Amino acid sequence: MLYRVAGQYKTSYKADYALFPVKQDAWLLGVILLFAFVILPLMANEFTFRALLIPVLIYSLAALGLNILTGYAGQLSLGTGAFMGVGAYACFKLATIFPELNIVIVLALSGFFSAAIGMAFGLPSLRIKGFYLAIATLAAQFFLVWLFQKWAWLYNYSASGAIQAPNIQMFGVTVAGARASAMTQYYFVLCVVAVVTFCAINITRGRIGRIWKSVRDMDIAAELVGINLMKAKLLAFFVSSYIVGIAGALFVFFWRGAAEAELFDIQLSFRVLFIAIIGGLGSILGNYLGAILIVALPVIIGAVPSALGLPISPSMVEHLNVMIIGLLIIGFLILEPHGLARLWAIIREKLIIWPFPH
Amino acid sequence: MDFIHSILIQPFLDMADAPDFLIQVLWEGIVSGVLYALIALGFVLIFKSSRIFNFAQGIMVVFAALTLVGLHQKGIPAWLALPMTLGVMLLLAIAIERVVLRPLVNQPDIILFMATIGITLFLIGLGETIFGGENKRMITQELGIPTDSYTFEPFGGLVMIEQRDITAVVGAVVLVVCLLLFLNKSKMGRAIRALGDDHQAALSVGISLSTIWVLVWFIAGMIALATGIVWGARAGVSFALEVIALKALPVLMLGGLESVSGAIIGGLMIGILEKLFEIYWGQPLLGGNTESWFAYMLALVVLLFRPQGLFGERIIERV
Amino acid sequence: MNPRPSPAQFAGADDGIAKGDVLLKVDNVSLSFGGVKAITDISFDIRKGEIRAIIGPNGAGKTSMLNVINGFYTPQVGTITFRGEERRAMKPHHAVRQGIARTFQNVALFQGMTTLENIMAGRSVLMKRNIFWQMLWHGPALKEEIEHREKVEEIIDFLEIEHIRRTPVGKLPYGLQKRVELGRALAMEPSLLLLDEPMAGMNLEEKEDMSRFIIDVNQQRGTTIALIEHDMGVVMDLSDRVVVLDYGKKIADGEPDVVKNDQAVIDAYLGVAH
Repeated sequence: MLYRVAGQYKTSYKADYALFPVKQDAWLLGVILLFAFVILPLMANEFTFRALLIPVLIYSLAALGLNILTGYAGQLSLGTGAFMGVGAYACFKLATIFPELNIVIVLALSGFFSAAIGMAFGLPSLRIKGFYLAIATLAAQFFLVWLFQKWAWLYNYSASGAIQAPNIQMFGVTVAGARASAMTQYYFVLCVVAVVTFCAINITRGRIGRIWKSVRDMDIAAELVGINLMKAKLLAFFVSSYIVGIAGALFVFFWRGAAEAELFDIQLSFRVLFIAIIGGLGSILGNYLGAILIVALPVIIGAVPSALGLPISPSMVEHLNVMIIGLLIIGFLILEPHGLARLWAIIREKLIIWPFPH
Repeated sequence: MDFIHSILIQPFLDMADAPDFLIQVLWEGIVSGVLYALIALGFVLIFKSSRIFNFAQGIMVVFAALTLVGLHQKGIPAWLALPMTLGVMLLLAIAIERVVLRPLVNQPDIILFMATIGITLFLIGLGETIFGGENKRMITQELGIPTDSYTFEPFGGLVMIEQRDITAVVGAVVLVVCLLLFLNKSKMGRAIRALGDDHQAALSVGISLSTIWVLVWFIAGMIALATGIVWGARAGVSFALEVIALKALPVLMLGGLESVSGAIIGGLMIGILEKLFEIYWGQPLLGGNTESWFAYMLALVVLLFRPQGLFGERIIERV
Repeated sequence: MNPRPSPAQFAGADDGIAKGDVLLKVDNVSLSFGGVKAITDISFDIRKGEIRAIIGPNGAGKTSMLNVINGFYTPQVGTITFRGEERRAMKPHHAVRQGIARTFQNVALFQGMTTLENIMAGRSVLMKRNIFWQMLWHGPALKEEIEHREKVEEIIDFLEIEHIRRTPVGKLPYGLQKRVELGRALAMEPSLLLLDEPMAGMNLEEKEDMSRFIIDVNQQRGTTIALIEHDMGVVMDLSDRVVVLDYGKKIADGEPDVVKNDQAVIDAYLGVAH
């Protein structure tokens, strides 16, 4: 009833390549975009923006970056937090050294710094594989965080060691810094995430996405099919770290407002990894679903007991949050290793044939 | 010129200047090296028998220590708390095998690895819920571990060695010897090694997967407890131990995932080198705190030259 | 008009060698792993347009020989001359660019992708559009994608696997997986196709289909084929010439009828003359 594919035939290869071969999917996306751009901002208050909407978008973006590296290209990375940090510090330095430069350009440039460093730490992937590579990325994680703390030039020699987003204007509106309104920041982040997602979808559905998936599935065979492993892996590190760096810059400039080096620690790396895993490695949609779950979870855990009248302390919420995420990871890996994205695909298949059972 | 001097010459001059201090540093390095090696040993055991990269080994150390201390706080005397903690670790091993490992038996390694990350999180949350997150004191004296220290005066200087550290090193050596004997001489030990070589073959000669896995995780749990006791005695019991435990990963990279001797040598190497680097290069030249990343960088550099680690077998890919 | 990759960069049928001339020459190649000698001083050649069978008992070094030809292993001694160029070591992806493609004894398909995607993956070396066009998708990237899709669909029609286009290859039966693998190799438009036991594990019908495909590829596209195979019936029917290996050494080389009756071959491999 909801999803009917009968009558929707493709008569050309071009039509076959359409992003939404089933019309209902295109409708669905339209509805989601409507919500994101119009309805939600009208309904949301400051808290909803800052505690839910903006972090969901930023975490989705970071997970998208990681997913390209780990889900598509098969290179496990535990250094996401540090690379987000590189993007954030690069953005800070660029913004403070060139204050007249448009923030969008600053943002785009910061990505190149994290991309370059990501690629440098990705060079070992040419010789090292699997778990060993994951541990090599830990070298990046710990070293970079140490660097963020020690290299005072990075945080403009401030006494606290923290970086703070200055007030930045675009077209007369303050978009970053203490004076920026939550709604403005939400729209900015939403636009950035939308553009990057569009590019990511396109890259992964074409030649380059296929090359990455080949490298992931069997790199020896990929080489024997003529794929240059070095170029493919380094490109994956570059693109992934670029996106992750942008997410890091957004993290500080459009959400937290300020940051210390410890913010980009290994906990952050793991949080992004969980979003990518629970959402579904190798999918684009999964990153959003995973982010929604991970961001909403503590809020729900905090809300349920008080709704039932039981008191619950914030630290207890945090402990339960951690436990439940652990259980979710195990649960998903056992039941549906391809994450929420696959669950959605299954639901969709069922909807197509509903109300028939098969 | 100055720069090169300060990197290549000065640190060695500093070492020679105060040989007693050098000995102290080396000793500290050996002790932490031994502890890293123990954690790595737990990994190696589990990997040898099931090819699972048990990321949760670190949290098992913390959890074991917390349980021991927690039981003691409830009033249970040390001599009873110890076996009770072992019992808890056994239950944990059984639970992990039944709930997590069995359903995932044929999945690719990366899935199992991520499952152990899930276990880590769960145990962190559980530990914090049951025991609370604040620092605790390890019940060193109650366990009978001597807490005095010996002082030497070599070269006219001063070296202080804690007795509990000596106990740790000796205990670790005993543990490793027992482990090696067990793996090489006992029937169960052989079964464990067989399982690591070839699951299917081991199963078809009648080795029970479940039993072995429970046994292996339990032994890993025992090792975790021993490590937790010693480390807790040195640094207090808290979740910060988890991050220290991550250091076992570069040890594994150096020593290889399947070699007991590799774990030991790798652990000692990392323990000693990271201390030396921090004291003689890190603090004077780089502002200190290099221990957070030195081990990883070292392992990375080694892997670039020998992708199989120092002790692993050369990997020949076949098509 | 579909722009073809220039022959200078890629082979296919226009590789500058006339039919009947030597396309590939193996000269005194020896290969060992540690102490194990896999191949000892082997020389033979493959002529353009022929089907050359490589046979011998298990462990004779046949797969290692193929691996040397397409650059996966580097022999300690000896050289390979392909299309006039002599070399000892070569990176596998260079071998592909020169026009050598192969299939594998244990199917080496990309398990996470469908049949169509696997064969499209074989076109990777022919596709050019850089990442900026890919980000945009509409325009040159999509145009290139559709061009190559058309070529791949030709291969899919040829191999009669339209019905499993969108099936993840992990779900396919073994025989069909081998066919998809052949498709992927064909997608690379090779001038030399190396097939490692393409009929292993197939029933009679599947073998006949596969034989038909191999013959068609050889005759319609002019592709030179080197074939490792255990089924003697297939070898006799398909191949123009045969080289026989045993314990890493060459023990016979010639036309199938001649080789079949060679005493050394009978002793080592065939058993009773038939």
